[in-house]
Amino acid sequence: MGGLTIRCRLFARYAEVVGREEVELSLPSDALVGDAVAALRRTVPGAAILPERPLVAINQRHALPTDPLRDGDELAFLPPLAGG
Amino acid sequence: MTPVPFATLGRISPGDLLDAVRSPERGGTALFLGTVRHGPDDGAVVRIEYTAYEPMLEAEFASILAEAERRWPLARVVAKHRLGEVPLGEASIGIAAAAPHRADAMAACGFVIEQAKKRLPVWKREILADGSAAWRDNLGGRTASPRPGS
Repeated sequence: MGGLTIRCRLFARYAEVVGREEVELSLPSDALVGDAVAALRRTVPGAAILPERPLVAINQRHALPTDPLRDGDELAFLPPLAGG
Repeated sequence: MTPVPFATLGRISPGDLLDAVRSPERGGTALFLGTVRHGPDDGAVVRIEYTAYEPMLEAEFASILAEAERRWPLARVVAKHRLGEVPLGEASIGIAAAAPHRADAMAACGFVIEQAKKRLPVWKREILADGSAAWRDNLGGRTASPRPGS
């Protein structure tokens, strides 16, 4: 048994539509990024509007839906980028 | 020594960027400035509010510049990205690259701006003269922001 807890960060338009900048999620210990995205969209009010496959970063590095998560990770949900 | 941050709330100084890459060995210097503008479909843009995931912005920008200096080892490249409110006509990003010859300076500068557009976790909210606001992205996306612009 056992699970992991991650901190989700929401930015810009995602924070605006969900109305929150941070969400803590508890997940199974073998959860992947895609599982966390699905859990957030399913459990957090307003988050269903987020894309099924958003750009994401784990601990400040770009990541993929198939990447594994570790306890204590920071998973950032990145709206389409607009730097420059 | 603490590295100088890439993000700044103040105006970007082209002179400071050029001074940072200048050396007697580098005969070619390229400078890129991206400035807040009216686009063809934008209406009257008054300003853009830039926000970022700042620790990742710093890490990603450092990685991009390190890649540039690996590809063009004799080049020196520096960059700044402005955050907060940027009025029409002022620069949101500045990049300077200097190398012994112009081709490498221009290539390194071009590489950095193209990578920055693709990789930096930065977002912009355009404020129009009528008080409306919209999120814009680098793929041409435009989504109305429910918060008023003023």
